[in-house]
Amino acid sequence: MSQQLFTNLAIFVLSLLVGFEVISKIPATLHTPMMSGANAIHGVVVVGSILIALEAQTPLFYVIAFIAVLLGAINVAGGYVVTDRMLTMFSKPKTPKNSEKGGDDK
Amino acid sequence: MMSVTMTIVSLFYLVSAICYVIGLHMMRTPKSARNGNRLSAVGMFLAVIMTFVVAIEKSEASLIGWILLVVALVIGVGYGAAKARTVKMTDMPQLVSLFNAVGGGAAAAIGAFDYLSQPNGKMLSLAFSIPVILDLIIGSVTFSGSLIATGKLAGKISGKPISFPGAKLLNGLVVLVIIGAIAMTVGFATSVSTLLIAIIASLVFGILMTIPIGGADMPVVVSLLNAFTGLAVAMAGFVIDNQVLIIAGALVGAAGTILTLQMAAAMNRSVANIIAGGFGTGDSGA
Repeated sequence: MSQQLFTNLAIFVLSLLVGFEVISKIPATLHTPMMSGANAIHGVVVVGSILIALEAQTPLFYVIAFIAVLLGAINVAGGYVVTDRMLTMFSKPKTPKNSEKGGDDK
Repeated sequence: MMSVTMTIVSLFYLVSAICYVIGLHMMRTPKSARNGNRLSAVGMFLAVIMTFVVAIEKSEASLIGWILLVVALVIGVGYGAAKARTVKMTDMPQLVSLFNAVGGGAAAAIGAFDYLSQPNGKMLSLAFSIPVILDLIIGSVTFSGSLIATGKLAGKISGKPISFPGAKLLNGLVVLVIIGAIAMTVGFATSVSTLLIAIIASLVFGILMTIPIGGADMPVVVSLLNAFTGLAVAMAGFVIDNQVLIIAGALVGAAGTILTLQMAAAMNRSVANIIAGGFGTGDSGA
């Protein structure tokens, strides 16, 4: 196994563990925004699309790369914007001091 | 040794990965959720800018390559953002599912690109063949599966569980073909037919997996497919040797899985029950 592959594998496994830990129990109202937010993060695929697009040299590869960039760009831009819109519901105007906890979910 | 530019780029990639983790963490509570998403967006913006730095530094792309890249980016960002801004609140779930579908499609396209870049008839190393075939399969399954889910949520495809005689048999056959395609990729030399078979069988599997599931269970399925896309993106990261893809993909794969379990639990269902329900036990909700 090459050094590079081992590094990548270690990063992959540790990122999985971080992913499992980073979300603990969340209120049901946040399920959909959270899903949408995670959906936007895998829009990082556009980075990969850009990198392959610059290697393309023949028509077939131009077509595949064009599709990859187009789809990745829709994912990343749409994902963040729609999540932000969903979350406008949660950014309330300033309320008077509220010492009680847990008033957020229904 | 890394060049100065690559060192800086790698450091910024690391910063963007940190933004995703903290951003996702902040999204657990309503108060900080919006800022969490914005932090994650900042990280994404950084990653894209850095990728352009790499592209300019390497500068081996042709003029056509650059033009196509910019055109695709502009159309994609424009379409995605416009759709996201104008959609009705009630139609958001299907839009998220659509964005998930295109993400899976992009990951599969990267896999296809790198597979076809190999000389025809070459034996692939395990370090390449395993991630590339997983990328192609998972990416294609999420692409077609999420499109079906989008159609069901939008009411364009009947929200009722759709099943037909012989569905189980067909499913079994498709799974066998997919396993065959994995074996062909890992154990044999590259060929275009292996690639096409893997993609087509996976697209069919995505449809077969989603179409028998009732509309009420769709959000859980979309969340599951979302986690799948994360894994496909991580595999694409292995294929093109890019760590920010591996980190973000694995993060979404794992976080998405936990989220799927929580969503199913909130509906008093288990994920296995929902997916299996689709495969013919016929007890899908409502």
